[in-house]
Amino acid sequence: MSQPFAKLPAWADYGLLPLINVIVAFFVAGLVVLLVGESPIDAAVLMVKGALGSGDGIGYTLYYATNFIFTGLCVAVAFHCGLFNIGGEGQAYVGGLGVALVGLGLGSVLPWWLTFPLAIIASAIVGALWAFIPAWLQAKRGSHVVITTIMFNFIGASLMVYLLVGILKAPGTQAPETRVFGPGGQLPDLGWLLGMFGLNMRSAPLNISFLLALVAAFVVWLLIWRTKLGYEIRTMGHSPKAARYAGISEVRITIVTMLISGALAGMAAINPIMGAQHRMQLEFVAGAGFVGIAVALMGRSHPVGIVLAAILFGVLYQGGAEIAFDMPNISRDMIVIIQGLVILFAGALEHMFRPSLLRLFQRLARTKQQATPAVATGGGQ
Amino acid sequence: MAESAIELVGIDKRFGAVHANRDIHLRVEKGTIHGIIGENGAGKSTLMSILYGFYQADNGEIRINGAPARISDPNTAIALGIGMVHQHFMLVENFTVLENVMLGVEGAPLLKRGIAKARAELKRLEQEYQLDVDPDALIEELPVGLQQRVEILKALYRGAEILVLDEPTGVLTPAEADHLFRILEQLKAQGKTIVLITHKLREIMAVTDNVSVMRQGSMVATRKTTETTVEELAELMVGRRVLLRVQKGEAKPGEVKLSVENLTVRDSRGVIMVDNASFTVRAGEIVGIAGVAGNGQSQLIETVAGIRTAVSGRVLLDGQVIDITGAADPGELRDRGLAHVPEDRHHMGLVLAFEEYENSILGYHDDPLYLNGPFLDIQAIQADARKKIEKYDIRPSDPRLKTANFSGGNQQKIVLAREIERDPGVLIIGQPTRGVDVGAIEFIHKRIIEMRDAGKAVLLVSVELDEIRSLSDRILVMFAGRIVGERDSDASEGELGLLMAGVEQQEAAE
Repeated sequence: MSQPFAKLPAWADYGLLPLINVIVAFFVAGLVVLLVGESPIDAAVLMVKGALGSGDGIGYTLYYATNFIFTGLCVAVAFHCGLFNIGGEGQAYVGGLGVALVGLGLGSVLPWWLTFPLAIIASAIVGALWAFIPAWLQAKRGSHVVITTIMFNFIGASLMVYLLVGILKAPGTQAPETRVFGPGGQLPDLGWLLGMFGLNMRSAPLNISFLLALVAAFVVWLLIWRTKLGYEIRTMGHSPKAARYAGISEVRITIVTMLISGALAGMAAINPIMGAQHRMQLEFVAGAGFVGIAVALMGRSHPVGIVLAAILFGVLYQGGAEIAFDMPNISRDMIVIIQGLVILFAGALEHMFRPSLLRLFQRLARTKQQATPAVATGGGQ
Repeated sequence: MAESAIELVGIDKRFGAVHANRDIHLRVEKGTIHGIIGENGAGKSTLMSILYGFYQADNGEIRINGAPARISDPNTAIALGIGMVHQHFMLVENFTVLENVMLGVEGAPLLKRGIAKARAELKRLEQEYQLDVDPDALIEELPVGLQQRVEILKALYRGAEILVLDEPTGVLTPAEADHLFRILEQLKAQGKTIVLITHKLREIMAVTDNVSVMRQGSMVATRKTTETTVEELAELMVGRRVLLRVQKGEAKPGEVKLSVENLTVRDSRGVIMVDNASFTVRAGEIVGIAGVAGNGQSQLIETVAGIRTAVSGRVLLDGQVIDITGAADPGELRDRGLAHVPEDRHHMGLVLAFEEYENSILGYHDDPLYLNGPFLDIQAIQADARKKIEKYDIRPSDPRLKTANFSGGNQQKIVLAREIERDPGVLIIGQPTRGVDVGAIEFIHKRIIEMRDAGKAVLLVSVELDEIRSLSDRILVMFAGRIVGERDSDASEGELGLLMAGVEQQEAAE
């Protein structure tokens, strides 16, 4: 027998619901701030001001957002295929190898506009390769990709420590990092872009890879909704049985999707390495791979949503740093708690308010319908 | 006038824009069997869910045995003596009959005393209503007909005086259905009141005292069963005259298009699902496979369509071998002129989350017609979808609408349009009208006959025996994975029913 269907209008689904989630997250976070004896309102003002109130604040916010856009897209592409790629962290970390090799090897030889595309290709290939083994195990052996990608995060982290304290370490230093790249391995910043809005970015590390992230978001949109491959990915994600029926190879589509996903994560390494530090440091991903999961959830796996959610998390990172700096009672750990709350409400509890919102909309629709009784529609045909 | 067991007064229920029940009035007399019929989506299940406390009505009153009742949840309904037997059984598969019956009414934290009491009570019920079931049998080991009896026992054990059965015969063989009807008669004789929800007119005529017809959320008529006819009820259900029996001419079978030889298929656990099946389908004929659901028909057609891998056997399409034991690919078979309307339209034939036009190319998305290099040619696809929507009268006629928002009949038309418009040489159709409203059934049957008359080979699988009998030129019967008989289309229902129950085969073995 048929289930009565009920749906939210798109603007409520994609706009109102996430907004409610964020507001509730901030409200609960405000209670936490209150608990440690600071004013939540002051904290909120500090956060918004710190993240968006100045040229360098915006520069930092968008710099963080760049990482999150890449990792968010990585998670989203896999989501569309019904795969949960938790390995963005590791794929971005190992993807850094591709960037570092280009930066170290060609940074002193080629100009940035030649190393940049090479770094894109190298990081994408290395990131994709790091996703390949979990993908192959999933497709051929049914080993769950959630488990294997988590394990590959650890393997990747250990591998990078090994490389950075050994082979790749700059000679004559104690720090586990490579030497600084030549001028061709350093991407130009986007001070001119903020300058167009009359803002001074000062030392903020926002660089041209932010534009690359926006391009990547557009390309992902094209891929998912406008290409045959995207059609196959979505078919697989919604219904593996329908994919089998349609003659789509599960093995091929699983591996291809994970390769694309890994490549996107790999590209996230360009921003911190070539864009900001101009060398590869230990732990340069700094959790962006995991934030990407929340970003993809909150952005509903849609590139536009992901860009917006990534900027929100950029605000949290940058604004959080400001709070920690200015409010002695709030340590960096408190900021992590607040970020965690946002992830909890926006990601994990995504559907908490859906039923009540749905009821509200139904009641509204009903009163509207009673006002204009002629438009009642039957259920059957 | 007799006392009433249930009285519904002005029940009204909306889900968003859908008006599921509008101003329903219904009176069910005590000690009768009352049928409720209507197409899918007519609101029968919603109404019964309101009666059983799953939903609350927006307006209206329920009276049980004459007294107004507020039924806020199923527990209240049970306390009022209402029992429900769902279409999909709510049994714990690896529990025994006894454990299932006492589930939720154990009586005490320690089970021992409860079990003894339940066993005694169960015995009494079984004797009183002749519902023989072994209380210690595991549910998963019982045939479907007996599982249903356990559901009835569960309701009676909870003191049900009013029993609501939702589409109870969907999973039964004709013989099991007849047995169920005898049980219902027995219950009626003991003074129970029974509400029978179904879309099968034949059952209504066979077993009910009164019948109410629902259409698009409204109760359009109530009749004494003896004073109405199948034709009248069908017309009331659909709102217009319908042809219940498809009209078709003689078949003119041509060359063999599809040939299946000694096909054996195992499922993922290694259980044999199709056992050494052989048959052919010729151009210009419809071969129907009858059988109770779960006897291997699904696996058979999925294997022939390249979705499932066989253990052994050969399948020839136009005389060319299909690699069914290895790399058969549904996409390749489509190119070779084999179209497949799958049984499971919700998970296999369609992606419900897709917009209509996206589903109109599922499986044919490799066709350069729909592509522009690696990109989908959205304009071309939508134009193509619009044409099919018009030709197949798919409603609403919007290729951008999400597929889940189409009714069952229209969803099936989307699949049929996609597969038939490709002009395939062989068409495999599973359950063409499952969950499809009566009006659309007529349309779908006509299309299938047209395919035959155009010289296509059609392989049809359905659990609706009426459908098999009215469409097929030859009928194969499957039981326990084997093809146990072949009959002409004029074989009697009784004869086919026996074959479907595996009776003939067992006798032969003895």
